[in-house]
Amino acid sequence: MSPIIDIDHLSKRYDSGTFALKDVSLQMQEGEILALLGPNGAGKTTLISIICGLVTPTEGTVRVGGHDIRTDWRAARKLIGLVPQEITLEPFEKVIDCVRFTRGLYGEAPDDAYIEKLLRSLALWEKRDARTRELSGGMKRRVLIAKALSHRPKVLFLDEPTAGVDVALRREMWEVVRELRAEGVTIILTTHYLEEAEDMADRIGVINRGQLLLVQPKAELMGEFGKKRLMIDLYEPLANLPPELAERGLTLSADGRQLGYDYDTRAERTGIARLLGDLTAHGIAVRDVATKQSSLEDIFMSLVAEPKKETA
Amino acid sequence: MNWPSVKAVYHHEMSRFFRTVFQSLASPVLSTVLYFVVFGAAIGGRIQSVEGVAYGAFIVPGLMMLTVLQQSVSNASFGIYFPKFSGTIYEYLVAPTGWIEVTLGFVGAAASKAVLIALVILLTSFWFNGVHIAHPFWMMAFLILTALAFSMLGFIIGLWAKSFEQLQIVPMMVITPLVFLGGAFYSASMLPPFWEGVAKLNPVLYLISGFRWSFFDLADVPVFTSLVAVAVMIVVCMAIIRWIFATGWRLRE
Repeated sequence: MSPIIDIDHLSKRYDSGTFALKDVSLQMQEGEILALLGPNGAGKTTLISIICGLVTPTEGTVRVGGHDIRTDWRAARKLIGLVPQEITLEPFEKVIDCVRFTRGLYGEAPDDAYIEKLLRSLALWEKRDARTRELSGGMKRRVLIAKALSHRPKVLFLDEPTAGVDVALRREMWEVVRELRAEGVTIILTTHYLEEAEDMADRIGVINRGQLLLVQPKAELMGEFGKKRLMIDLYEPLANLPPELAERGLTLSADGRQLGYDYDTRAERTGIARLLGDLTAHGIAVRDVATKQSSLEDIFMSLVAEPKKETA
Repeated sequence: MNWPSVKAVYHHEMSRFFRTVFQSLASPVLSTVLYFVVFGAAIGGRIQSVEGVAYGAFIVPGLMMLTVLQQSVSNASFGIYFPKFSGTIYEYLVAPTGWIEVTLGFVGAAASKAVLIALVILLTSFWFNGVHIAHPFWMMAFLILTALAFSMLGFIIGLWAKSFEQLQIVPMMVITPLVFLGGAFYSASMLPPFWEGVAKLNPVLYLISGFRWSFFDLADVPVFTSLVAVAVMIVVCMAIIRWIFATGWRLRE
């Protein structure tokens, strides 16, 4: 199946020579949710802005639904909905008029039945005649989502949809995103919240300094994060690890004072109790035990960490 | 051409006008009534006629033009500046809508509002003066073309402006003087020959002259020249707007 989004060697270089985006390639399938993680200024919004037509790329191509965003931009943009990072609404306009306007702007015929369904699904129907300035922050953000969905796009960009919103509202947003996915909408969302990426995304991408450092299925990543390492300090250093223990996956440190054991926290049996029993059986005295888990945050931080400057 | 998009932008802009219809109409009508009272009744009472036309009636086309120019520029400039100010401009830039659709929507709405207000002023003027329109078709044609040309100019000002101050400075410092010096209240032939020559450098003179011709069959410059002037202005403004959208100048920053 051809990808709904096909980004090929995309770069954006400013006149100053700074790269906002450097050689980014990415494919997305229909109905997929991708979470783009990255610190401020990493290039997340630039990537979205290029795909949506707000920023012109220096190099590379982007195709949405098979349509090139530069040469066949009308067809490409019809497939896209954008929810911007900033809440930008005309303050004196009614909610329903806002949504109708966006639908019209995309060249679609009026369809009040669909607009009603959309506003109901976003819990905005009761507020349809309210002026946008009268709404709470969460409602305004939902109006932006309703506007972005007014022309039934196949791809939805959510640029930090939960930035600056409280926990309850954040969960409410996640629910909205899940429902959209259930309807087959492909979603790219940018976020600072690792929890958000873990909770919703099919794949997670990490971007920093304009480069896409990693794009991996969430299940794979979580497989890595689900692993824990058990570290066992010994009273007496061991010269060699008994073969039976080595077969069980134990490793011995170079100084012989520590044993290491990787296990899956999600497994039904971790094997730790049996392992400790085996150590006692081999007469190996344990001084202390500790565990260490690699989290998404660890991986993220290690990927985006500033390289240390070498000193002479 | 994506006509539903043009319609959407047009309706969106017109709804802003109708939301505040009273103040949109009341202010220009009130100021024009004051012009009629001061220039038409008070001062005009001491002026017999201009080229055979009663002074009170003579100033009607000039006053209508003054309003059309001011309203066209301010409606169109505010119309496009406000989305820039509020941030909603992104919608126009990410939609499958080209510069021509956006321009037609904004400019069409701004020109419609200006023409509506001008017609209300014309109706008001009937109450003060017995104005006779010699060429009604050309009167409407000049009115609409001028409204379109100056709405385009206003659209450019709105795209260019970075602040509300900039938005107001061009209409205040350029448009109003050009209208006053363009023969709104007098005929260019009333000026000494040198100043008549200078006045003819003012493009607004050609618009007012053509418009006045449609009322009284009197013109400072040939009617065809007036039509060419307005057509040239429309073409130049279209080219500038197209360039702004193509380069993203002051739009995609």
